[in-house]
Amino acid sequence: MNPETMNNIIFLIPLIPLIGAAVNGLSGRRVSNRVVHVIGCGSVLLSFLISVLGFFTLLSIAVPSRRVLIQSVYTWLSAQWTGGGFMVEAAFRLDPLSVVLCLVVTGVGFLIHLYSVGYMAGDRSQARYFAYLNLFTFSMLVLVLADNPLLMFVGWEGVGLCSYLLIGFWFTDVEKARAGMKAFIVNRVGDLGFFVGLMFLVWALFEPGNPEPIGLSFDSLAAGMPRLLDAEPIWGIGIATWIALLFFIGATGKSAQIPLYVWLPDAMAGPTPVSAFIHAATMVTAGVYMVVRLNFLYLASPVAMTVVAVVGALTALYAAVIAVAQNDIKRVLAYSTISQLGYMFLAAGVGAFATGIFHLTTHAFFKALLFLGAGSVIHAVHHNDMNRMGGLKSYLPVTYLTFLVAYLAICGLAPLAGFVSKDEILFSVFTAHLPVPGLAFMLGVLGLAGAGLTAFYMTRLLLLTFFGSFRGEPDQKQHLHESPRVMTGPLIVLAGLTVLGGVLGLPAVTHLPHFLSNFLNPVLERSGAGVHQSGAVALEVGVMIISTGVALVGILIGWYLYSKKPTAVETLANRFTFAHRLLANKFYVDEAYQALIVKPVMKLAALSGLFDLKGIDGIVHFTSRTTTKLSFLIGWEDNKVVDGAVNSLAETFKKLGDAAQRLQTGRVQHYLYAMVLGIFVLFIFRLLI
Amino acid sequence: MIHDHILSLMIFTPMVGFVLILAAPSKRPTLIKTIALCATIPPLVWAARIYFQFDRGTSNFQWVEKVPWIDAFNIQYHLGIDGISIPMVLLTALISFICVIASWNIDKYVRGYFSLFLLLDTSMMGVFCALDFFLFFVFWELMLLPMYFLIGVWGGPNKEYAAIKFFLFTLVGSVLMLVVMLIFYFGSMDPQTGGHTFDLTLLANQGTHQSFLQDNVLRWSCYLALLIGFAVKIPVVPLHTWLPDAHVEAPTAISVILAGILLKMGTYGLLRISYPLLPDMTLAFAPFVAVLGLISIVYGALCAMAQKDLKKLIAYSSISHMGFVVLGMSVFTNTMAINGAVLQMFNHGTVTAMLFLLVGVVYDRAHHRDIDRLGGLAQNMPIYAAFSGLAFFAALGLPGLSSFISEALVLIGSFPKYKVITIAATTGIVLTAGYFLWTMQRVFLGSLDERNTGLPEINPREIFTLTPLALLVVFLGFYPMPVLKLIGATLEHTVALVLKNGAGF
Repeated sequence: MNPETMNNIIFLIPLIPLIGAAVNGLSGRRVSNRVVHVIGCGSVLLSFLISVLGFFTLLSIAVPSRRVLIQSVYTWLSAQWTGGGFMVEAAFRLDPLSVVLCLVVTGVGFLIHLYSVGYMAGDRSQARYFAYLNLFTFSMLVLVLADNPLLMFVGWEGVGLCSYLLIGFWFTDVEKARAGMKAFIVNRVGDLGFFVGLMFLVWALFEPGNPEPIGLSFDSLAAGMPRLLDAEPIWGIGIATWIALLFFIGATGKSAQIPLYVWLPDAMAGPTPVSAFIHAATMVTAGVYMVVRLNFLYLASPVAMTVVAVVGALTALYAAVIAVAQNDIKRVLAYSTISQLGYMFLAAGVGAFATGIFHLTTHAFFKALLFLGAGSVIHAVHHNDMNRMGGLKSYLPVTYLTFLVAYLAICGLAPLAGFVSKDEILFSVFTAHLPVPGLAFMLGVLGLAGAGLTAFYMTRLLLLTFFGSFRGEPDQKQHLHESPRVMTGPLIVLAGLTVLGGVLGLPAVTHLPHFLSNFLNPVLERSGAGVHQSGAVALEVGVMIISTGVALVGILIGWYLYSKKPTAVETLANRFTFAHRLLANKFYVDEAYQALIVKPVMKLAALSGLFDLKGIDGIVHFTSRTTTKLSFLIGWEDNKVVDGAVNSLAETFKKLGDAAQRLQTGRVQHYLYAMVLGIFVLFIFRLLI
Repeated sequence: MIHDHILSLMIFTPMVGFVLILAAPSKRPTLIKTIALCATIPPLVWAARIYFQFDRGTSNFQWVEKVPWIDAFNIQYHLGIDGISIPMVLLTALISFICVIASWNIDKYVRGYFSLFLLLDTSMMGVFCALDFFLFFVFWELMLLPMYFLIGVWGGPNKEYAAIKFFLFTLVGSVLMLVVMLIFYFGSMDPQTGGHTFDLTLLANQGTHQSFLQDNVLRWSCYLALLIGFAVKIPVVPLHTWLPDAHVEAPTAISVILAGILLKMGTYGLLRISYPLLPDMTLAFAPFVAVLGLISIVYGALCAMAQKDLKKLIAYSSISHMGFVVLGMSVFTNTMAINGAVLQMFNHGTVTAMLFLLVGVVYDRAHHRDIDRLGGLAQNMPIYAAFSGLAFFAALGLPGLSSFISEALVLIGSFPKYKVITIAATTGIVLTAGYFLWTMQRVFLGSLDERNTGLPEINPREIFTLTPLALLVVFLGFYPMPVLKLIGATLEHTVALVLKNGAGF
């Protein structure tokens, strides 16, 4: 397509799902479910087709650095003052980075919408469900396509809203409603970081005496970086570092990293397709996207980059450890998501931005597949507890086979997509040059350990769910059934993508071009850590061999413990009771947050309320009582001294009270009438003369 | 031309309704209600006319009317609107119309209620149009009277207490304003006539009173007196305790007026009177005012979190949200913050009006507002829950809805000047999300209490009152420029004037 034409229709990508959301949301239960499905899925499909169009349009532009289309729809807000101004456009930016995300969001999103048709069949509020899902797609696309951080923030909190609405979709269950609330509030804490970062940014970009209004487009931010670097540090920390770290707090909230990851496991209360779409494939990757989008900012601050890498590596390992001891199939996958997101941050933190996006993409495929597979299982057994599953592979053959593909991918076995992207991350880490000597190696080891644990807990999940014998109620056995085609279809497509996704970024050893890295490069300033630039093929192969070995060890241990010798698990759990309890209770972090943050805030609120009632109002009441008493006293004294000559103030009050009482019987109009008439007459009198 | 007097028409059309209602037989409530409705429609039409014809490029007053009123004291009937007043005039016209409809189920002393209501309408419109200090004061006081009775007669169980508390608090502010007004009157000299003047446009020129009002102590006393007077109205912590009581007791429509419009008179008064008359003190007091804003934001949010009465919770949320207006008004290095503040005055007017209307809906049905005794209402009142969800999320500043824009502008604009204060103020955003979502959960989510199964869904009349506000909240979130364009030029001028005149001392 002609780039100019494409430039004018970018806004349709987010707009169409918004229209879908509005139509489904306002129609309520007046239209049939069939119409709801067509609108819900169709709008996302349309967006996907436009995104594909955008992708090929960008490819058709010969000069890679020119592959940027910016559509300014209208001026969103502005303020002018003498010698300055602030003006933010509602502008969308289609470039290689955003188009990749658009394709993932609308492509995987469409499959999940389709799957939902089957999964939600029989639910009373399907119009509401699809309206929320479309609204989410809209918000996510605004987040991805926004050309400035303020507009990005609209999408950023918008996805949080939809996440809240969808986690608590079955709101009659108060626990689910509460999980939604927790997600929103924890995210809000992160969002605060994002917003304060934005405040810093505007302030740092403001030049006194420059009458040009401050815009916030990403191009102008990148252009303003020298100013940021020259700015006076605050408390010895450079402005760029401040801003990058503040934005990163936002990323830890949205992308569930340490310390703000706690909402994601609870978010599994939502319908499973929602978990697949929002809490695995798209929304939770927003933080990674944001860091990559602001790569020029992060590259300006080695400190911030290191923090990102360290937090990512720690989260990758930590969440994998917790995943080992969870029995809820969705919770295992949730911790797995947290862990995988950690890998993406690890990649971004060492400067391998394209690799991070690569893993984001492949993860979207295989993790969505895992969740949808889990959803198919839950659809059959109607609960999430892996202890009451088992042997499902013969009942759910398609689910099992597609799940197996995703399992192999997340374990990191060649040649699946997960293998390629994860190895690229580990390779980038081992070859990275970080400010602290030896850190890169340590982070790489953490990553490898996480990979081993991932293979272990995924093997455990696979064996507990699909192998062995069925451990549920005996009479349930007859009802076990494969999901309808509308659900297995998306599973098969995603399985295909999981197998083939690796070709987006072929390792150097194949001597084939790394498509994604080349495509993204124009967006990424001086990101040197790509695989192909360094060309250390021998090291790359070495990392591949080691990581495959680690994965195989994890799988073997898992197989030994959960298939070969199941009693060993109990023995282990009994021997290490403390460790086991610690893991099963997720290191008691939720409890700690409750005690250290939630409770004190509630206490403070209660105290404030009490202070308002007793303290401030106490003073008010004291003043009024004292005044009344004083007036009585004066009145009494007045009576005594000036013998019956003057009315006491108290009596005046009494009379006033009587008068007021009379007023309240409905004759107030007369008084008012007189008064207003008086003013009116006076007024007209003056007007005339 | 009739449209040269459009402001007078807007102010006094409700007054015509007032006279007609008093003449109408009290036995015919529907007639009275219809008269009241008809008296609020023309101002709405004129408001639309004003909106389209307003010259956005100038900071001058428009639709000015100037007639001598009381010659002996050089008092003038002087009206006019600029970018600061126009959003308030539009809001007043809209909210008054909506509130008449929201009052349709009033059945006690119908004649008294609607006559007082229209009187209130006149006084509010008058405050936002008056350019003569005396006239401003008359309208300001005139508002007090109907408000007192509307709370005291048509209020809840504890109405007398609330009405008197409201009255006394406001009266203290009025007395202080009166004193300052007289000081300025006797300290001023009209350059043309040589006499004293109440004309705010003349008093804004420091030359008219500079020679008399030189004493610094006098100047800051005057500023402080005005600040207290207006702070009571906003209300600013710790002068706020009348507000929760007044709200809890007031009938629904009066709460809407109170939070939607009356509170804005405080911040409007600061902008219209304190800033031009005492620019040097405005600059000197600015950090203090910013701290007051911060305290209101955080303390109001904390108190809201502690409430069990839904209406009281929203009353405290108003205190918190008005804190953003106060914070934004204390910055003069850019106009982002003050634009945000005035936009927030408008946005808070629409959002809080929605919130109070919504509380009224549940109170009319359940006859209580105890959050703990509600719950699961989304099941039998889904449309009501949807409106509430929109209003709650607007109130907690969700991007894409109107309040976000104004709060974001305030925070981004205040940050360069007050870094620590602004960062501390952002914690209010998390607290606000906390208590609104918690309330959402306790009122609407979870299982439906059997006591509440019989509550009927929101009715078409109530939907009609909420819809225009809901549309504004969504529209101004995506596209706030219609309001920003109205106010921009005037605020640029206001800030420049404060800086110029304030630096002269």
